[in-house]
Amino acid sequence: MTSTMHVAVTVNGRRHQAEVEPRRLLVHLLREDFGLTGTHVGCDSSTCGACTILVDGRSAKSCTMLAVQADGREITTIEGMEQGTTLHPLQQAFTDQHGLQCGFCTPGMIMQASWLLGENADPSDDQIRHGIAGNLCRCTGYVNIVKAIDQAAGELRAQAVAPLAAETA
Amino acid sequence: MIPAAFDYARPSSLDEALRLLHDREGEAKVLAGGYSLIPLLRYRLAQPGLLVDIGNLDDLAYVREAGGQLQIGARTTHHQLEQSDLVQRSGLWSDAAGGIGDPQVRNWGTLGGSVAHADPSSDWPAVLLASRASVVVRDLKRERVIPAREFFLDTFVTAIEPTEILTEIRVPLPPPGTGGAYAKTERKAGDFATAAAAVQVTVDAGGAITAAGVALSAVSETPFVVVAAEAALLGAHASPELESSVRRAAAEGCNPTRDGHGPVDYKRAMAGEMAVRALRRALARAGA
Repeated sequence: MTSTMHVAVTVNGRRHQAEVEPRRLLVHLLREDFGLTGTHVGCDSSTCGACTILVDGRSAKSCTMLAVQADGREITTIEGMEQGTTLHPLQQAFTDQHGLQCGFCTPGMIMQASWLLGENADPSDDQIRHGIAGNLCRCTGYVNIVKAIDQAAGELRAQAVAPLAAETA
Repeated sequence: MIPAAFDYARPSSLDEALRLLHDREGEAKVLAGGYSLIPLLRYRLAQPGLLVDIGNLDDLAYVREAGGQLQIGARTTHHQLEQSDLVQRSGLWSDAAGGIGDPQVRNWGTLGGSVAHADPSSDWPAVLLASRASVVVRDLKRERVIPAREFFLDTFVTAIEPTEILTEIRVPLPPPGTGGAYAKTERKAGDFATAAAAVQVTVDAGGAITAAGVALSAVSETPFVVVAAEAALLGAHASPELESSVRRAAAEGCNPTRDGHGPVDYKRAMAGEMAVRALRRALARAGA
């Protein structure tokens, strides 16, 4: 059997490479080879969503993808959300709305929410709840998580409108 | 959980993929979205020698109408089906597409993968049975078109040979006056069904049912057609008595086992209830 294969991926805008066994899971490549431990392993059974990241813009559970499947693809993790020293509107909103208690599910929640808001910039509470149906919060803090995603949606819409308003003025 | 070691290839053409399956016959598995197969690998319930990743075969992802059929490429994701206007025209198919797993599963999981995997609790097999779809498979030499009703042989067992790849699903475009629905009950969001029913009916101007498809998921060794329910529906008009016949046919026709989803009697009752709920919605959509 093949011992290892070469994998090259872009993570948060930076090119990373590794030699991996085909059976290596993407979440282990990120955490152990690249040291990006913001992506958490919760259930190890494709259930909890704590390991959610974006792969070519699509949210994925990184415990349910092989590292070799990601070869040549573009990945965004929680570490890629901050812009310089400014928190992403989702990160800021989770802080403002107390959208986390123990915080273990938070990176997955934020990455899933960022995919959701890319699909639907103005989701209803119901659409937010369905959008994070694959992400479990064992502290059951869903009410504030939904509030946080709603706040971030408003902020991102305002940011999208602001440059246009500046041009017309 | 770490999978057992395997070889991995990501071919750039269908022929190359088929060649690999041919050369490593019996020890290779096809990897599409991975949301069924990778959990099996992690639990070591599956230990293939080679994974053939069809992730690069983008020409297997499409939804189109041709020759009186809806043709869906095997690698089309559940999310792409949810978003497809052509798929949305079928109440049965659109009900099912939006309720599979969770958003991450729908982002990567594929129609072909789900059908080939043939989990008795998954959603698409019953939908294919009720809408009388066909499954297209291909090996290096030939293509075969297998009616869905001859495709699901046993738990996780289908009519696909080890050297074949599922390439397309074909669904006959139903005549006017057709409505369909998928009803399922589950313990929590994103869970596999406890019981689920797929129903499609065609109704004539006088309200008589002229064609019927009824299939159940999660309550037998395989998804299956409820022949007695289809027979009761043919020629009948909507009525409480008709609902009772369908409920009884579904409850008596299934063969559930006791597990974490509930005891046998409960599952039979839910099979009947889901069949009736799907029937009511299908009839309403058919304009009956």
